Amino acid sequence: MTITQTVDLPASSAPSRARMSALGSIGLGAAGLLAFLVIWQAVPTFGLVNPMMLPGPLAIPEAFRSELDSGMWLKAVTGSLSHYGIGLVVGAALGVAVGVLTGMSRVAEDLTSWVVRLLRPIPGLAWAPFAIIWFGVTPRAAVFIIAISVFWIVFFAAHGAVRGVDRDLLEVAEAFGFRSPLEKLFKIYLPAAMPGILVGLRTALGQAWMAVVAAEIFGVPGLGNRMIEASSLLATDIVVVYMLTMAALYGILDSLFLVTQNWLLRWKA
Amino acid sequence: MESVIDSVIDIRGLGLTFDRDGRRTEVLRELDLAIPRGGFVAIVGASGVGKSTLLRVLIGLAKASAGQVSLATRSTARQPVALVFQDSRLLPWRRVVDNVAFGLEGTGLSKAERRTKAVEALRIVGLADLAGRWPHQLSGGQRQRVSLARALAVEPEVLLMDEPFSALDAISREGLQDELTRIWQQTGKTILFVTHDIEEATYLADRVIVLAGSPGRVVVDRAIETPRPRRRDDPAEAGLVAEIRRHLSKTG
Repeated sequence: MTITQTVDLPASSAPSRARMSALGSIGLGAAGLLAFLVIWQAVPTFGLVNPMMLPGPLAIPEAFRSELDSGMWLKAVTGSLSHYGIGLVVGAALGVAVGVLTGMSRVAEDLTSWVVRLLRPIPGLAWAPFAIIWFGVTPRAAVFIIAISVFWIVFFAAHGAVRGVDRDLLEVAEAFGFRSPLEKLFKIYLPAAMPGILVGLRTALGQAWMAVVAAEIFGVPGLGNRMIEASSLLATDIVVVYMLTMAALYGILDSLFLVTQNWLLRWKA
Repeated sequence: MESVIDSVIDIRGLGLTFDRDGRRTEVLRELDLAIPRGGFVAIVGASGVGKSTLLRVLIGLAKASAGQVSLATRSTARQPVALVFQDSRLLPWRRVVDNVAFGLEGTGLSKAERRTKAVEALRIVGLADLAGRWPHQLSGGQRQRVSLARALAVEPEVLLMDEPFSALDAISREGLQDELTRIWQQTGKTILFVTHDIEEATYLADRVIVLAGSPGRVVVDRAIETPRPRRRDDPAEAGLVAEIRRHLSKTG
């Protein structure tokens, strides 16, 4: 329980009251997390569930240390991050390129509309059979699946954002003599569409993370693969280590993205 | 008369027809107009009379359906004509100085040279201090000054202004009107100023042209010889204002 109201505040101190309530939120969040951990630990400790089925949080640091010492953890993390990074860059670059092109050109949009309708509903993971046939169980197969998942999200975001660019701003470019599609692309379309493209990229960031784990479950070395190995040995504490690793890595990546996004969009009100 | 005055813009037989929703709308027909070099010409008319369309033809945003427009510019500037829009239309992702430098890109100037010119243009409109701000941090009047600076930065010979002050509050508007007069006197540029505000036209310009009817045609073309500095409520202009208002109400 946190009590923040009883301190005698100066009559009108809105900022300090806001700070107090922010501290209150943090306190409540921490309390909730603590309660979660206690309940989690209680379940195996009091024999409600076999600890083999659900290891308590106290067992996790030990399992983490052994994975760290054996070098498996670092190998799995670097493996996954490299699939993730390459797949994300390839999928996002193609998505932005095709999305911007079809957003700017009516002909390109019409030309691709039926192909998009045909391919769009196919989930990224449904490409796994072809990924394996074409690339084998290799990092390239994982990159391929991740890139496809990312592509569609970024493609639609970029396409919509470019279609929505304010015609009035395009007229400004024309009025100052910038009439070629390339000039308009760099001077107006890309910067104007940037907020929408970034929303798509952030969604893709999460989607790609899911694709990484899924692709690795098919056998490509990385976090997902190491997790499946551990579960087949019933080393559930190690499975939890990798689940938490995924959560932590995603949290870090998303925070880094937010910092970058806020900087890129610092011109917004 | 045409051959005597030195015209920077010569419009002959200009016609413009839109096709919208399957309906043909004739906006301008057989328009003849000569804009003298260094003049300050105001075009007044009700909305929809084609006065903005005329500016759009001159800047190349719309294509004439008939007639011809000749520009006799002496400047070597890449852009002999620049337009100030009704809404400032600043690019929100560029700082003020980079908005002003916009039209200088692709001219072969280095980024530093472009910025120097942009700051000079900002100084003319009195906003050099705000060069590093983002557009959303400016007031409406400041935004419109930046928009004016952006047009001035390309050193055009002709400045086209499309109801540039109509969205501003009265105090900002009057301030900008006086500033524009000063800039015109300092730079000697030709200004073609479109407005629906009769008092604004007679206060600013040395020639007022009234467009009326559909398609729009010239119904009044009058020189304003009131010496400068002018007064806003000059009785000498009251007669002209009343006459223009009669023309506008008759046809509108």
